[in-house]
Amino acid sequence: MEINNNQFPQWEVFIQTKSGSPFEHAGSVHAADKKMALQNARDTYTRRNEGRSLWVVPTDCIVATTRDEEEEFFDPSLDKTYRKPNFYKMPKGTNNL
Amino acid sequence: MTEDQKLIKFQQRIDADEKIEPKDWMPEGYHKTLFRQISQHAHSEIIGMQPEANWVLRAPSLRAKKILLAKIQDEAGHGLYLYSAAETLGLDRSEMIDMLHKGKAKYSSIFNYPVLTWADIGAVGWLVDGAAIVNQTMLAKCSYGPYARAMLRICKEEGFHQRQGYEIMAKMMNGTEAQKEMAQDAMNRWWEPSLMMFGPHDTDSPNSKDSMQWKIKVESNDRLRQRFIDRTVEQAHHIGLKVPDANLKYNKETLHWETSDINWEEFKNVVNGNGPCNHQRLSHHIKCHNEGQWVREAALAFEAKQMSNPATIK
Ligand SMILES: [Fe+2]
Ligand SMILES: [Fe+2]
Repeated sequence: MEINNNQFPQWEVFIQTKSGSPFEHAGSVHAADKKMALQNARDTYTRRNEGRSLWVVPTDCIVATTRDEEEEFFDPSLDKTYRKPNFYKMPKGTNNL
Repeated sequence: MTEDQKLIKFQQRIDADEKIEPKDWMPEGYHKTLFRQISQHAHSEIIGMQPEANWVLRAPSLRAKKILLAKIQDEAGHGLYLYSAAETLGLDRSEMIDMLHKGKAKYSSIFNYPVLTWADIGAVGWLVDGAAIVNQTMLAKCSYGPYARAMLRICKEEGFHQRQGYEIMAKMMNGTEAQKEMAQDAMNRWWEPSLMMFGPHDTDSPNSKDSMQWKIKVESNDRLRQRFIDRTVEQAHHIGLKVPDANLKYNKETLHWETSDINWEEFKNVVNGNGPCNHQRLSHHIKCHNEGQWVREAALAFEAKQMSNPATIK
């Protein structure tokens, strides 16, 4: 019954909705090559003018952290309060700082 | 961590309304239920294009044809969003399609009913997409991130589907006697099947308890069905359509419309493959898939050729 079930490689799709805004992940598509990946991403994720620019990235190339390693992995960012402006005490009456 | 500890931690995350993401640890049952539900949902969107596509060439005006085409294209998109969400659970789309073809995966039974007249296109948009909206709005709050995000995207697009269907029904109810009859006939045939779309009663729905605890579903079948009934009965009356149920009555205490019980025998029969169009829908899908073989081969051959000649790669 089944003949050639190849669905092509998978690509992750990122959309920029307007000039200056960040590219956000939208989902994925299957495509045989880069051009088809962009076209499929357009037809699948931007039928209502949701984007002005698209990125497609082969899914295999995405490297991600997991929830299990969340604490350990992000821990170093917890104890450096001197990275925040309100860590510093300004002399009374200082303005625009 | 032991399995039990992992399970407790998982449930704590669910209870705190955290979203679960693809690479996170999850209980086997959660993974299994989600995969079954999302892939089934994806297949439904794709199979659901068939009865509508059948009417593109017979749409009564260019306006109607454009609208129908846009709706069908949206449904294809919905199918793809959902395959994409299901793939985050580790299975490939080709495996899902294979399961569909081998009868190991189902799709919504509603698409096993025939779409006989133009009024049926109206009834499908209004009732079937209407029921889907009630269900999908709930699923947008689901605990699995990729599924919830796909649902949000879909919900934004469904509004037009339901409204164009209701517009068709309203136009026909404003037309000749024959048009009114046609609209009422479509209503008579689609009303009960659309109520069945919400699945069995809560008391007969064995998987519901786990799904609710894991927040794959956040509201029960009966509650969603009641919401749909309350909205739809009033919309029907508004344009002069009768709800085909002799026992329909408004309960002033509960503020809900009450209906007869659903014919669950028929429901089971259609789910088990004996509906009027089960065979037709599946064999058509298999045929199209197989006929696309040369396209897939050509696309891959083209890609291989491009790769062997680096000068052409942009
Ligand atoms: Fe849809
Ligand atoms: Fe729809």
